[in-house]
Amino acid sequence: MSVVEVARVSKRYDKVAALDDVSLTFGDGEFFGLLGPSGSGKTTLLRSIAGFVEPDTGDIRFDGKEVRDTPVHRREIGMVFQNYALFPHMTVFDNVAFGLSVRHAAATDIRERVMAMLGLVRLGGLEERRPRQLSGGQQQRVALARALVTKPRVLLLDEPLGALDKRLRQQMQIELKQIQREVGITTIFVTHDQEEALTLSDRIAIFNEGRVVQVGTPHTVYERPSSAFAANFLGDANFFVGVVAGMQGALGEIRVADGTAIYTRDPLPDRGAQITVAVRPEKLTIGPAPTSSGNGGAPTNRLRGVVTQAVYSGSSISYRIDVGVEVMVFAQNRTAQPVEPGTSVVLEWDPLHSVVVGP
Amino acid sequence: MRGLGDLLCKAYLGAVLVFLYLPIAVMMAMAFNRSALYELPMQFDTKWFVALAQNEKLLQASLNSVLIAIANTIIATVFGTMAAMAIHRFKFRGRTLLQLLLFPPITIPWLIIGTSMLVLFFWIGVGRGLHAILLGHVALSLPYVIVVVGARVKSFGEALEEAAATLGASPWQTFWRVSLPIMAPGIVAAALFAFAVSFDQFQISRFLAPPGVSTLPVVIYSAIRQGYTPEINAISTIIILVSMGLMLIIARFYKFGGER
Repeated sequence: MSVVEVARVSKRYDKVAALDDVSLTFGDGEFFGLLGPSGSGKTTLLRSIAGFVEPDTGDIRFDGKEVRDTPVHRREIGMVFQNYALFPHMTVFDNVAFGLSVRHAAATDIRERVMAMLGLVRLGGLEERRPRQLSGGQQQRVALARALVTKPRVLLLDEPLGALDKRLRQQMQIELKQIQREVGITTIFVTHDQEEALTLSDRIAIFNEGRVVQVGTPHTVYERPSSAFAANFLGDANFFVGVVAGMQGALGEIRVADGTAIYTRDPLPDRGAQITVAVRPEKLTIGPAPTSSGNGGAPTNRLRGVVTQAVYSGSSISYRIDVGVEVMVFAQNRTAQPVEPGTSVVLEWDPLHSVVVGP
Repeated sequence: MRGLGDLLCKAYLGAVLVFLYLPIAVMMAMAFNRSALYELPMQFDTKWFVALAQNEKLLQASLNSVLIAIANTIIATVFGTMAAMAIHRFKFRGRTLLQLLLFPPITIPWLIIGTSMLVLFFWIGVGRGLHAILLGHVALSLPYVIVVVGARVKSFGEALEEAAATLGASPWQTFWRVSLPIMAPGIVAAALFAFAVSFDQFQISRFLAPPGVSTLPVVIYSAIRQGYTPEINAISTIIILVSMGLMLIIARFYKFGGER
């Protein structure tokens, strides 16, 4: 269990920067998600930490010690590969025992630790099976047990649940998190699944084109995305582009093209500057069009529009609403009565949820 | 209709098998026929095998063939496996070219390869002899070994070796405990191929054999030209049984198509 530091690491392949000046610190026992589209550099970073990729510049340190000259097999890491990479010619027991056996541990010691680890991942009784005789979820657990049994300093997971179907994936997410807590190991995992990243991670780093776009807790990166890319990649977002019109009390006012006012609690640049605001679709509420435009209280976000599309998906309904621009709204299906397309409605949201994401 | 189609299929399969195996079956039967002139009815006799056991020339050639085939198998399998791993695991300049150049020797007629080797070996002083024949056979079997083992190396990918490294296995441990066991079926199949290629080799052996030294296929060929004797049927029967045995073992170890 260690602190892993990545300091100003860059890696180029031909002309393309796979990693561009990336710095991150993974805390002791932290569950850290690397999220980004394919080719964004997240896997290259994971493989650099493992030692399969040698960065062009920058340092990677385990507990403050530079590991550049430490080959993979001496880095004391555990890794779970995308397709598990279980040894097909060995039993489950021998797969899990492999790391101890190459370290020449005593047979009784190996037996004890392997059986304990198989118990932890709930695979007791399957030790004599071959990997191909196991289900996807069981193979995943063997891979995890094999990676953990040597008590590595850091656990690296490369799209660990990517090969499983959705229901099994959700179940394994919970289990993975429990096991990680129990073992208390610093864990770095790569995923392109935003929900997985939010569910599992203590902190998330969002990657784009070899750079870290944002780092933070799931709550922070989801509620306060720092850029349009982050807002769009992690979850869905509506964007409003306008100019800064000034302050209304504690609220900043932005005027979009058709003159509608949008309010935010975020600090704003100078009056007249162009600005983009992101609003999550589930933060908007749909109400009936008011008969009068009477509004006595503090200014809030209130847009008139017409429903153009309502997609029913059981527990929720997603609407598209034309307010001059098209806006997505995700609503809980409370009344079992979706608002019909063509209906005039008013959209409201708290200025807190207007997140400034850039110019 | 379906019954008829089924019948036709079976008839076709039967015809193919007859076409393939009838000549061989006739030869094997005649090896046990008393008459040297293929006279029927057949009279069972093992005298040709007895005659074979006394034919010094044939026996010496057989011994040469077996020794060369074994030496060839060991050399070609070891170097071919190393080459296959290098081609599929390392990136180096000219890798694609090397892979491309592996195939022509398989398609170039052996007669031509044999002639060119004879010329080259004379020119550089290797000369003729069992050592030259062995050299020629190794050159001939290497591409087969590389292709057969290579298919296996490719099919299991790098991930297993990477996994072994993350678990603390040195490159040496990874090779012995992971790569080699997984490659084993491919290596066994490749070794049997190498043995068969060498043991059946005629053209190259004929060109590179000096007077007085010979391998089995070459002796059989000369014997046929000088006057056919059923001893040839007898030795051929032995060879066929050994070859078919080898092929059955190959089929057992190596599923064509690269399944693991």
